[in-house]
Amino acid sequence: MSAQAANSPVRSEPDAPIRAEALTKVFGGLTAVDRVDLEVRRGEIGAVIGPNGAGKTTLFNMLTGLYRPTSGRVRFGDRDITRARPDQITALGVARTFQNIRLFPTMTARQNVMIGRHARMKAGVFGSIFRPPWVNREEREAEERAGDELGFVGLRPELIDRTAASMSYGDQRRVEIARALASDPEVLLLDEPTAGMDPRESGELAQFVLKIREERGLSILLIEHDMKVVMGISDRVTVLDHGELIAEGDPQEVRQDPKVIEAYLGRGAA
Amino acid sequence: MSATLERVKGIDQRFLVAAAILFAVLLPFFFDGGSPFIDDAILALAYVVMALGLNVIVGFAGLLDLGYVAFFAIGAYTMGWLGSTFFSASNGGDGVHVLVTGTAASLPGIHINFVLVLVAAVVMTTIAGIIIGLPTLRLRGDYIAIVTLAFGEIIGQVAANGDQLKIGPIWDKTIGWLPLVPTLGDEATLTRGKAGISPVDKIDLPFTEPFTSLALRPWYFAALALVLIVLFVNIRLRDSRLGRAWVALREDEVAAISMGIPTVKTKLMAYGAGAAFGGIAGAFLGSYLNTVNASQFEFTFSIFILAMVILGGLGSVWGVVIGAILLSYVNNWLIPDVLNGLPGDLGLNFDLTQVSFAIFGFILVIVMVLRPEGLIPEKTRQQEMHGIGTGETAGAGSDVELEEAT
Repeated sequence: MSAQAANSPVRSEPDAPIRAEALTKVFGGLTAVDRVDLEVRRGEIGAVIGPNGAGKTTLFNMLTGLYRPTSGRVRFGDRDITRARPDQITALGVARTFQNIRLFPTMTARQNVMIGRHARMKAGVFGSIFRPPWVNREEREAEERAGDELGFVGLRPELIDRTAASMSYGDQRRVEIARALASDPEVLLLDEPTAGMDPRESGELAQFVLKIREERGLSILLIEHDMKVVMGISDRVTVLDHGELIAEGDPQEVRQDPKVIEAYLGRGAA
Repeated sequence: MSATLERVKGIDQRFLVAAAILFAVLLPFFFDGGSPFIDDAILALAYVVMALGLNVIVGFAGLLDLGYVAFFAIGAYTMGWLGSTFFSASNGGDGVHVLVTGTAASLPGIHINFVLVLVAAVVMTTIAGIIIGLPTLRLRGDYIAIVTLAFGEIIGQVAANGDQLKIGPIWDKTIGWLPLVPTLGDEATLTRGKAGISPVDKIDLPFTEPFTSLALRPWYFAALALVLIVLFVNIRLRDSRLGRAWVALREDEVAAISMGIPTVKTKLMAYGAGAAFGGIAGAFLGSYLNTVNASQFEFTFSIFILAMVILGGLGSVWGVVIGAILLSYVNNWLIPDVLNGLPGDLGLNFDLTQVSFAIFGFILVIVMVLRPEGLIPEKTRQQEMHGIGTGETAGAGSDVELEEAT
């Protein structure tokens, strides 16, 4: 697996498009995420693992601006985005998917993906009413781009103009990834992309994540429970337990870390 | 095959729209120029404008607004202030006249051409829409309804008690001395309460005689023109980036903001646009009804307009047009003119107009039971109503709760 990391072209100059510094989130008396440092390096696939309730999704929500951290910082390149709004963060170049797919159910697949394109579009009230040529062009381009992205994620063409609610779970996942890709992200955050998939589908998805990295040059951070996927495609693994970062490193190291084994299997197994 | 079918359907729809417009244009020629039917039709058209405005807020963006009457009031008062003898001491008693002809040109008070008043009403109500929108941004569903309801009540109370509110001295001291801003005089109040500002200037368009209250056809065509403009804007907004963003926010706010849709801006645009339509209708009705008085601006009016939107179909432009026309005729013709004596005939001791809101309530209940998506449902709304997907994913109970997202 480290072979893959070595193949990564920019490995020699580690810069991190997105970085969390001592990020902390307290809900009432519960510290969901406790001083976590994490970075996604350019062109890398990072994984965040940990038992249920370890704070993985909370961490994602802070990175994307849905939650405001109690303390700590989030940086995008050299900008501090700790207090930025989610839409601003998306416009900068961070896109995500959700653990329990959140498509707009009555919109078609194409419209869903066009929403992902909104961050790059400009038409406002007057543009929408008067429709100058640039607005029509923008709209047409967004439609085409949506079609392209849906092709890229492998949605069958006959489904493109069907509503999201009428699609199978696997197809909805594809549309959600296409929606995220349509916003031209630099960093893609995938929250349990293989949830609810059988081993064969999970394997396909893992290959697809590699393909995204390769063709788009994105940095990817994923939350994942499927260890085969994590070990198979990630360059670096971060392990959270009870909100704390307990281990970090390449998949092999992490796999043998006694603290990780303890967190997953309980004391005594280590 | 299905493509052909769709094209046929598309042509049909365009044909229907053209036929409806043609019908609306020819309609007044079948009636006497001063007939009560035309009077009802003019009111119906003004209500269509208002219902289309409320539809932007409630139907497109999914923000339940129970205080829409506020925008009617602000539009109507803009007309009253800028087109009547109300500020009779203005400009030292000489009045202010901008592009007005006829009698209005020689009267004291502020008299500004209707077209300019319309623009002013749009500006005023858009600002008001944004102000009411701001405190509701962190709220959802029912809570938005309560805040907007309160806002509508505040405007109503200010209108009713504005005759005690002497704004003249403050105005003259603060901005009245600026060039181009007319003074109002020491006795100027904000409104004339329930007595009302009356008479109000008639519509005065370039190249035509000023309208009169005897010949109703010009009023009808002016109202129809406003309806067509508002319809056009409504449809354009619906089928645009903005319209798509509204649907996204309505269906899943968390996903929408995560995909780069700015909640604050997008919602405020819905409030602003919806309010502007209310202001247009308000200014028109102020002039047509020839009075702007506080009893016009009560909570029941907000419900009346909302009922039109719900009856027609939330979010459905054509449904809302039909709903507004239907309820308007029920209110202004069927109940008072046709069925009013019915309870008396049955030996009951009241008129039907006294219970008109009970009738609207009854109609709404029937709609909710038989056809909750409205007469002409909007496609996606119909799916939402019948519980495809949403509900469970949107709003509470999911893994992400919005927090400090503004």
